[in-house]
Order: sequence, then C-alpha cells, then structure tokens
Amino acid sequence: MKLKLNIWRQESTTAKGAFKTYTLENLEKDMSFLEMLDVLNEQLVTKGERPVVFDHDCREGICGTCGVMINGRAHGPIGGITTCQLHLRSFNDGDEITVEPFRAKAFPVIKDLKIDRSAFDRIIASGGYISASTGSAPEANSILITHDVAESAFDSAACIGCGACVATCKNGSAALFTAAKISHLAKLPQGRAEARIRVVKMVEQMDKEGFGHCTNTEACQVECPMGVSVLNIAQMNWEYNKALLLGA
Amino acid sequence: MSTNFAEANSISRATIEIHEPRQKTIESKTGGGDAIEGKSIRANIPSGDLADKWQNFKDHAGLVSPANRKKLRVIVVGTGLAGASLAATLGEMGYQVLSFCFQDSPRRAHSVAAQGGVNACKNYKNDGDSIYRMFYDTIKGGDFRAREANVYRLAECSQLLIDQAVAQGVPFAREYSGYLNNRSFGGVQVSRTFYARGQTGQQLLLGAYQALMRQVNAGTVKLYAQHEMLDLVTIDGKAAGIIARNLLTGEIERHAAHVVVLATGGYGKIYYLSTLAMGCNASAIWRAHKKGAFMASTSWIQFHPTSLPQLGEHQSKLTLMSESLRNDGRIWVPKKQNDSRAPNDIPENERDYYLERRYPSFGNLAPRDISSRAAKERIDAGYGVGPQKNAVYLDFSHAIKAQGKKKIAEKYGNLFDMYRKITGIDAYEQPMMISPSAHFTMGGLWIDYDLMTTIPGLFAAGEANFADHGANRLGANSLLQACVDGYFIAPYTIANYLSNKIKTELPSTSHQAFVEAEANVKSQLDMFVKIRGDKTAEMFHKELGRLLYNYCGLSRNREGLKTAIKKIRDLKDEFYARLMIPEEATTLNVELEKAGRVADYFEIGELMCYDALTREESCGAHFREEYQTPEGEAMRNDDEFRFISVWEWNNGQAPILHKESLEFESVKLAERSYK
Repeated sequence: MKLKLNIWRQESTTAKGAFKTYTLENLEKDMSFLEMLDVLNEQLVTKGERPVVFDHDCREGICGTCGVMINGRAHGPIGGITTCQLHLRSFNDGDEITVEPFRAKAFPVIKDLKIDRSAFDRIIASGGYISASTGSAPEANSILITHDVAESAFDSAACIGCGACVATCKNGSAALFTAAKISHLAKLPQGRAEARIRVVKMVEQMDKEGFGHCTNTEACQVECPMGVSVLNIAQMNWEYNKALLLGA
Repeated sequence: MSTNFAEANSISRATIEIHEPRQKTIESKTGGGDAIEGKSIRANIPSGDLADKWQNFKDHAGLVSPANRKKLRVIVVGTGLAGASLAATLGEMGYQVLSFCFQDSPRRAHSVAAQGGVNACKNYKNDGDSIYRMFYDTIKGGDFRAREANVYRLAECSQLLIDQAVAQGVPFAREYSGYLNNRSFGGVQVSRTFYARGQTGQQLLLGAYQALMRQVNAGTVKLYAQHEMLDLVTIDGKAAGIIARNLLTGEIERHAAHVVVLATGGYGKIYYLSTLAMGCNASAIWRAHKKGAFMASTSWIQFHPTSLPQLGEHQSKLTLMSESLRNDGRIWVPKKQNDSRAPNDIPENERDYYLERRYPSFGNLAPRDISSRAAKERIDAGYGVGPQKNAVYLDFSHAIKAQGKKKIAEKYGNLFDMYRKITGIDAYEQPMMISPSAHFTMGGLWIDYDLMTTIPGLFAAGEANFADHGANRLGANSLLQACVDGYFIAPYTIANYLSNKIKTELPSTSHQAFVEAEANVKSQLDMFVKIRGDKTAEMFHKELGRLLYNYCGLSRNREGLKTAIKKIRDLKDEFYARLMIPEEATTLNVELEKAGRVADYFEIGELMCYDALTREESCGAHFREEYQTPEGEAMRNDDEFRFISVWEWNNGQAPILHKESLEFESVKLAERSYK
C-alpha cells in the first residue's frame, strides 16, 4: 500500500518546527506503524539525510516509551493500544496521515517526535511509593487483600506512563497519571499509612511541573491504552480532601 | 576494620587458580576450532553444607558502618529489576549511588515486559514445595550446567522477595479469601509462580522503580537517564568508573566510583528479531569484557516457544505470549504435511499434539528449550502452519469447553487482547499461532559467588551475569534472579568488598585512565561518523541476526559454526566500510547509538560461535546436531564438558578459553527427562 505522511520535524527544543511530507510506497498491511517509520528512516539515512527521531523501545505496548498524535489522536485511530501496537491494516491504501509529538507545556519537544516526560518521574519521586525498605517486609500472607481489592489496585497500577492522557487533555493535565498511582497505593492496606502525605505531595509536584487542572472532560480515559478509569481521579480528589480536612 | 573476617577466610575474592597454564590450541574434531585454552577458574564458594553456605557468608562478611557508607560511591548501570532494586537498596543503606539508564525513565527498562510470573517456594499450595525442590528443579531445568551454591541461594532468597514485593504494593493475584494465588510454569510439578495478571514484570519493576525514585528524592541516588555507558575505566586492574554518553547532547562524561555494577540485561537482541526491546544491547558488558572481565557460556541463549511468528520482511520484533498460556492451551500441528485447511476444519484425529505425545508427564508444560526445539522439528519437517508455514497452533478450545470463556478471559484476557491487536485474530474462536523466538541469555559476564567479575570492584547482576540458570532457564526464574541479585545478594557482597576500602579515596576523573578511555570512546564515535557509506546500522544488524539464527540458533553444527565465524568477519569488514551515519557525534544521534551496539554484536556473535563450537555436547538450549539421541533428544557429555566455558578477550584474535569445573555434591547428575 501507499501512504502520504505529514511528519513534524523540529531540530531542538528551542528550534521552530514544521511539517514535512513524505510518500511511502510498497508498504505491507501487517507492518506496524513504527516499522513504517523504520522504513522511512532507512530511506532517509541511506540518502544521507537526518532520520525522524521518535520514542520507542519494547514495541509490545508495555514500556510506555512510544506515543505520537496520529491524525489528531493520541496513539492513533484505535482505542486501547499504544502507537507500537498500531498496524497499517488500520489505514487504507492512499491515506494521508499527520504525525505529531505529544504536546503539553510540561512535555517539551526534544527533537522531531521525541518529548521530555521526566516530569512524570519527579511526580513519582515526590511520594508515589510505599516506604518499605529492603529487609523490613513482613511475611507476604500476613497482609490479606481480597481478590476484588487486589484486582482494583491492579487496574490503577496498570498505567504505563506514556503521557497520552496529558497529550489528549485540552488542559494538559496529568490528573489521570497522578491519580492512578495515588489510587493504586491507597487501595492497598500496606499503602494506607502514607496515603495522606502521599496525595498532598504528589498533587503539589504535579502542579509545580506545569500540568493544567482537570476539568472532568474524561478525554484521558478514552485514549489511555491501559484503560485506566477516571474513577481514579475521583479517588485522588477524595484522598486529597480527606488529607486537607484531617491533616496530612 | 583492616583485618575483616571475610578476607581472613578468603570468601571475599574470586580466585583464578592456574592449575596447568597451557597455551594450547583447542581443535575441534575436524580441526580449526582455533580457541586458545587457558586457566582453570574457581568461583569462591563459601564452605559448609549447601543449605548453610549463604548464611555462613552473611554471618562472616565484612560490613561498612552507616557513617562510612556515605563516603563510598557505587555506580549501577541499568534500571531494570536488578539495577533498580540494587540502586534503591544501596541508597536505603546510605551509600552514594549513581544510577544510569539509556531509556528516558528507569521505569521503561525491559524487565517491564516480563509477563507470566515470578517463582518462589512459599509452598502456599501445600503441594510439597521446598527450597531444595526448587533448587533441584532449577538445576535440572538448566541441564546440570549451573553452580549448585548459586542456585540454592536463589531458591532460598525467593521467599523473601515475595514478602518485599507485597510490602511495596505489588498487586499480585489473590484468592477470594485474600491469600496470595499461584500457578504453574514449565518444567515443574508444583504451583510456585506468583503473578499479576500477564504483567508481573511491569508490576515488580514499578515496585523497584518507586523504591528507586524514593531514594532519588532522598538524595542518596543520583539518576542519569538517557545516558549510555560506553566504557569501563580501570585503575591498577580495579574498576574505577565509567565513560558515559549523554544521549540527548552527545556529551561524553567521566564518572568515578569505588564499585561499578553492570545490571544491563541480556543480549538476545543480537538476533535482531527477538522478544527484546529495540534498545536492549550488550555494549556495557562487552566493553567491560574488553577491559578484562571474562564472559561465560556466551552461546547459551533461550528461544521462547510461545512468541508470535514473523509475518513480514520489515518486522522489527517478535512479541512474546506468556508461557502461562501453556497451563490451559494445547500445542499441535496437523498430522498431514503442508495442510492448508483452516485450524477449526482439521478434525481431532488429524491433529498431532506433539508435546503430549513426546513428553507425556510434562506435556504442554515441558521446559522452554525442549518445547522450542520440538516446534522447530515439526516446522522443519513440513508441518508448520500459518501463511509462512513457520508456526504451530496453541489451542484453547478444550479449556474453554471445560472452564468456560469467562474463566479463560479472567486468566489470560490481556494476552488474548494483545494477540488480537497484533494479528487481528480472535483466539477465543480459533487457535493462536506461535513460534520460537530468541529471548533470554543464560550466558553473560562470568561472576564468582559474590557476583563479582574477574575485575575487582566490577560486579554483574541479573541477566547480565551468567550464573544461575545453567544451559536453560525455567520460566518465571528470570524476574526472580534479577530481584534476588539486586535486593538480597549484591548489597551484602558489595559491602563485603567495600569493608576494607573505607579509607580508599574516590578515583580522580582526571587520572590518565579516564583521559585515555574518554579519548578512545570519542575516536570510535568519530570513526563511525566518518565512514559515510550507504547502509544503515540496522541493515547490518538484520543480516547478522539472520546469520546467527541459521548457524548459532536453536540448533548448531560444527561446519555451520565455522562458516558463521567467517561470514560474521566479512560482514563486520563491510560494516566498517559501508556504514552511514548522517549526523555528527556531538548531538542526539540515534543512528550512532545503533552503530556502537551493532559493532559490539559482531564481536559477541563471533564469541557465541566459538563457545558453541568448542562445546561438543548438547545441553539445554545448546543443541549440537552431532550430539543427539536417536529420538532427537540432547546428549550431554558430563565426562568431558562438566564445566563452564569462561572466555578471555584476546585483542580480536581467537579468544582464550578458561574452564570453571562444576562440582555436584548434593545432586546426582542424571539424564534430564520430561517424558
């Protein structure tokens, strides 16, 4: 098949970017979207031109590295997947596709489609953990957690930190990402002890990084490849208000 | 502190004893093996009964007082399960830790992709599990080519790991009562695998990552993301630091430390098509190897039996489907060659459930090496299925009939979803197509019992080392080994090493060794850029991968391996003549990153072939066609090959082979049968 690609090219964080058009022929429908970019880059490099830089690593939807806007949608036209899991069979021969980086104030573009998401690491560092130093753990089965609670905590913990929620939010909010970690740990008995101080610190760091506020449009959960629910944001707000009322 | 017990009892250092210093050329039976035989190596195993060795070590190991720890600096390269858990633990103890990863966040290291589970002999299922049984399963699973003491310690520490992970909030699967749940994995007859749906690696890694970020916040760990180690610096034969490249700016940096730990994972990506991430590489361990750290069992690479088959020429990745699927899925091919009927049109009596036929007692849960080889045997014989006839079926129809679709969806829902996303096929309606794929490297840097390499002060943890899995790793033991090395073993052995170095100053980064290492790194990068040929690094990588799949993959033979060595050298020459990198070395340059990794892969590929060529037996994942039973099973040769092949870099000449003899005191060597 044949595709026309409008790809965002930008030399550096401070440089001005622009779309550049490339036409690729003889593509196969079983190729992944990123393999199509591999083909493009092979053509560019063998001609001595600068390849398109894009984030990617595991190529199986779990590391959270990849992520671009494809025709205006985070991770492309199919729900519940990462960019690396998108295949060309989701497009038609002759389609024109626009490819842009995830854009948000807190995610500066580094080069082309590659962005800086280190703000997420700093949010986790501010309190996204249970302070259980190596050596201090009690026997695992001494902490009973019912099946449903464990499953629910897993649903929150499934976040891969790709940033699609931020990119798709009109406010550039990281509420879903931050809330997923707060909820994961708050749902578990071993995470309750630090729940109040955790939520206060993480929300503070999230604001400091320049992410916008959540206005409950729920667009984030539509694009989340792991299906993380906006109910996590409700739990974050609940935990936050509790902490404010009762003291962190 | 100067005469610590550990040193006095000589359990703190690897000893390389020269029994018969020979420099004879080892020739394979038809001549031309060309590897040079060197010394005999000892692993520094503590004395005492097998069950007491680790406790003895811990009881007598040197310690560093809390006040002194903050004066000592440790570099940990890699933030997967081994690296993140170790950096976090050392930070908690109060050491200065520098943590490096090439990814944009430590949370993205490839441990994240492990699916099925982590083993621990908690015996929660009351099915007769114990430390000894887990030890025995692992030794047998590795085809009696691992060190008893290391494997016993792995099983012993497995219990602690589950406690640690639960305390961190890892949401393992639970019974309705609230107790932890388990399932079975290949090669064992008990249920000792703990799991978090099909994302156990992700959840364990997030636990370790969060612990790491907590230490970053506390200031004990300094994080260097998007940095790649390009050389090890040694001063007076000891590890003194690393040279790293800031991948965002191209800047070359010098970092000094008292101890360097490589937790950089495996090199299965050498085959290009593999279950690994695109960035997985061996450059850190290989460059340490060229600075004097020996490699071991380089050719022992596991092919995972349940990955998705290759569909097209541009494919970059073979996605893994968890081994846990083999708990309920049945593997078969048609009884007729080149059968082009749809799977659901092939009646029951025309299907060959070849694993159940050949290995009735383990059936579909036969270990990975055996399952992969059995699949290859059927595919090569013309019974393969799928558009490229390169796959076998993994069928859930019987399980769905017996347990209901809902139960199967609860157990494997995300895997079925993943399968549909990639192939467009609904596996609830028709069987999955699966195929073996390069997955895990049992080989790696040689280490002693303390996880220390042949360079004092350089340690290797997790998949980067070679020690615990023998010639074949059991499923769900790799997450375990990475965690156990990082949380529970290296923190003790590194303290033991540092205990008499509290007065040793941090090496200076203006030392001549740093200056030279940096200059060498820079000149190599400039050389790559100046070639300005017409082929990308990835084109060479794909060719190398094909060569290794054909000649040093699931099965190997003498002539093929010799051919491969020659072809790899030719390809390497072509690489240095025709490589194309469009940008300069002093900027973010993805093509340059790939080139460095591929350049190292040529040399590792060659060593893999030497390793496979000189081991004239079949064991575990290493299947030499010349050494098989009439039924096609691997034929071990304990009389001549009951040793670990330990390789020394010889400046690009034929490598030097040292041997670590394997002594079995607690188990009886037996034919490894799963029939």
